[in-house]
Amino acid sequence: MSSAAISQTRLPAWLMRTLVILFLLGIWEAGSQYGFINAFTAPPPSAIFFAFIRLVEAGDITRALALTFFEAFTAASIGTIVGVAAGYFLHRSKMAGLAYTSWVAAAASAPLVLIYPLFLVIFGRNPATIIAMGALGCMPPIILKAKEGLDGVRPVLLNVGRALNLSARKQFWMIQFPAALPTIFNGIRIGLLFAIINVVGVEFLISLGGLGYMIAYLGDRFDYPAMYAGILFVIFVSVVFFLLTERLEKWLLSSR
Amino acid sequence: MNTVTTNPVLRLSNVAKTFVTPNGSVRALDPVSLDIRQGEFISIIGPSGCGKSTLMNIVGGLLDDYDGEVQVDGVPVRGCHKEIGMVFQEESTFPWRTAIDNVAFPMEATGVPREERLSRAKDLLRLVGLDGFEQRFPSELSGGMRQRIAIARTLAFKPRILLMDEPFAALDEQTRLLLGDKVLQIQQELNQTTMLITHNIAEAVQLSDRVLIMTFRPGRIKQVIDIELPRPRSSKLMGGEKFGHYVAAIWEDLREEATRGLLEMEGARSGS
Ligand SMILES: Nc1ncnc2c1ncn2[C@@H]1O[C@H](COP(=O)(O)OP(=O)(O)O)[C@@H](O)[C@H]1O
Ligand SMILES: [Mg+2]
Repeated sequence: MSSAAISQTRLPAWLMRTLVILFLLGIWEAGSQYGFINAFTAPPPSAIFFAFIRLVEAGDITRALALTFFEAFTAASIGTIVGVAAGYFLHRSKMAGLAYTSWVAAAASAPLVLIYPLFLVIFGRNPATIIAMGALGCMPPIILKAKEGLDGVRPVLLNVGRALNLSARKQFWMIQFPAALPTIFNGIRIGLLFAIINVVGVEFLISLGGLGYMIAYLGDRFDYPAMYAGILFVIFVSVVFFLLTERLEKWLLSSR
Repeated sequence: MNTVTTNPVLRLSNVAKTFVTPNGSVRALDPVSLDIRQGEFISIIGPSGCGKSTLMNIVGGLLDDYDGEVQVDGVPVRGCHKEIGMVFQEESTFPWRTAIDNVAFPMEATGVPREERLSRAKDLLRLVGLDGFEQRFPSELSGGMRQRIAIARTLAFKPRILLMDEPFAALDEQTRLLLGDKVLQIQQELNQTTMLITHNIAEAVQLSDRVLIMTFRPGRIKQVIDIELPRPRSSKLMGGEKFGHYVAAIWEDLREEATRGLLEMEGARSGS
C-alpha cells in the first residue's frame, strides 16, 4: 500500500484531537441549550465564545495578558538567574548540596502561592509582590535541574579539559556548562510554567490587574461566560507557551 | 637494550595505586617503574581490570593520591602536564560541538585565531579519514568516527607526550589498521613519546618499540619485549615471519594472565 493510501484511511493526529474537542463542546452546547446542564453556572460554549469576543473588543483581555506576560517573564528571568546560581552553589558545595537539596525538592511540591500575605507585607500592594511570588515559585525546579545537570556531567568530558590544563573558568564555561545545558534548560522551561501559574494565582488573590484578576473580577460580577472565557484563555496561553518552549528547546538542542 | 645514554622523557618510579572505596580497598596497581625515551613508542597490554587505565590516569595527572613518582624531563610532576596529551577509553567528544569544532577545541582554549584553528582542524579531520564530516555533530556519527574525532582533537595541540587508552577499541579491524598507520606516521614526524594501552597484540607489535605485558590484578609489569622491526613501519608488516614470532611470544606471556582473569571472572559469577 502506498503512503498516500495510508494517509487517506487514517486521520492525522491534529485532526483527531480537534474532533474530540469539537465533540465535547457539542455535547456541552446541546446540554445547556436543552437544560441538562445549568446554563448559569456552566454557560454554553457559544455564550463563552461571544463573551470572549466582547473581552477582546473592549481590550480587557489584551491588557490583562500583556501585564501577566510581563510579570511572568520578569519573574522567570529573576528566577532563572537566582535559581541557576543557587543550583550551581548546591552542586559546588557538597555540604550545602546534602543539607538543602531535599528542602528545595520539598518546596517544589508545596503550594508556595499561599505565603503571598508575607510578600504583601514586604513589597506592598504593587506588581513587585506578584513578580516576587512568581520568581519564588519558579525557582525550585530551576535550582534542582541546574544542580542535576551540573552534577551529571560525564567525568571523562571534564578530564578532557583537565588534561588540557584549562583554567577553572574555561573548564566551567567551555565544558561543564554546555554539557549541563539541556538539563538546565529543561528546568527553566518547567520554571516558566510555574511562574505563570503563580503569577495568575496571586493576581487572582490581590486586585492588581492581569489575567488572574480579570477572572476573579468577572466571577464576582457573576459574568460567568466571560469568566470561563478568561479561564480557557489562560489554559490556552499556558499550553501554547509550553509547546513553543518545547519547540525552542528541541531547536536549540537539535544537535544532541 | 641500552637506555642509559639518553635521559628519559618520562620516568615512573614505583608508581602504585590503591583505591579506597566504602566497600574496602582495591589494589589496582603494584609498583611500576619504567623509563621512556624521547620519541619512543611503547604499548601496554594486559587483561582487563589490571590497572592499565589507572596507570594512564596517573601519568596524565588525573589521579592525585598515588604512591611513587612520575617525572617528565627529570622533573617530578603533580597534576596535568601541559605537554601530555590524552585519548580516553570512553567516548569523550563534546556532543554540543560539530566535528570540526571538537577538533579545534584545544586550539580555541589556548587562543589560536579562528581561521588558523579551523584550517588545522580540517587537516586533522582529513588525516583521520573524516573529510566531509566537518559540520556533523557526534550524535550523527558512529562510535568509531567519534573516537577518531577524539584522537584528532588530542593531536591538535601537538603534545610532546601522547597517552592513548585503547583508542582503537571501538573501530573495525580495517579502520584500526589504517588509523594505526596514520597515528604512527604523525608520531614519527613529531617524534612524539607515546604510551599506548591496548588489548590487541598485533596492534602492539605493529606500532611499538617496546611492549609491556602486565599481570592480572593487581597489575605490575611482568615482561618487556623489544620489537626490533625496521622503521618506517606500516600495517603491511603483519604478514612477516618476525611479526608472527613477536605475536606468539607476547601471547605466550599474556595467556597465563588472561586465563587468571577469566577464572576469577567465572569464580565471581558462580560465587554470587
Ligand atoms: N575510581 C575507582 N574506584 C575504585 N576502584 C577502581 C576505580 N577505578 C578503577 N578501579 C579498579 O581498579 C582496577 C583497575 O582498573 P582499570 O585501571 O580501569 O583497569 P584496566 O584499564 O586495565 O581495565 C579494577 O579492578 C577497577 O575495578
Ligand atoms: Mg581501561
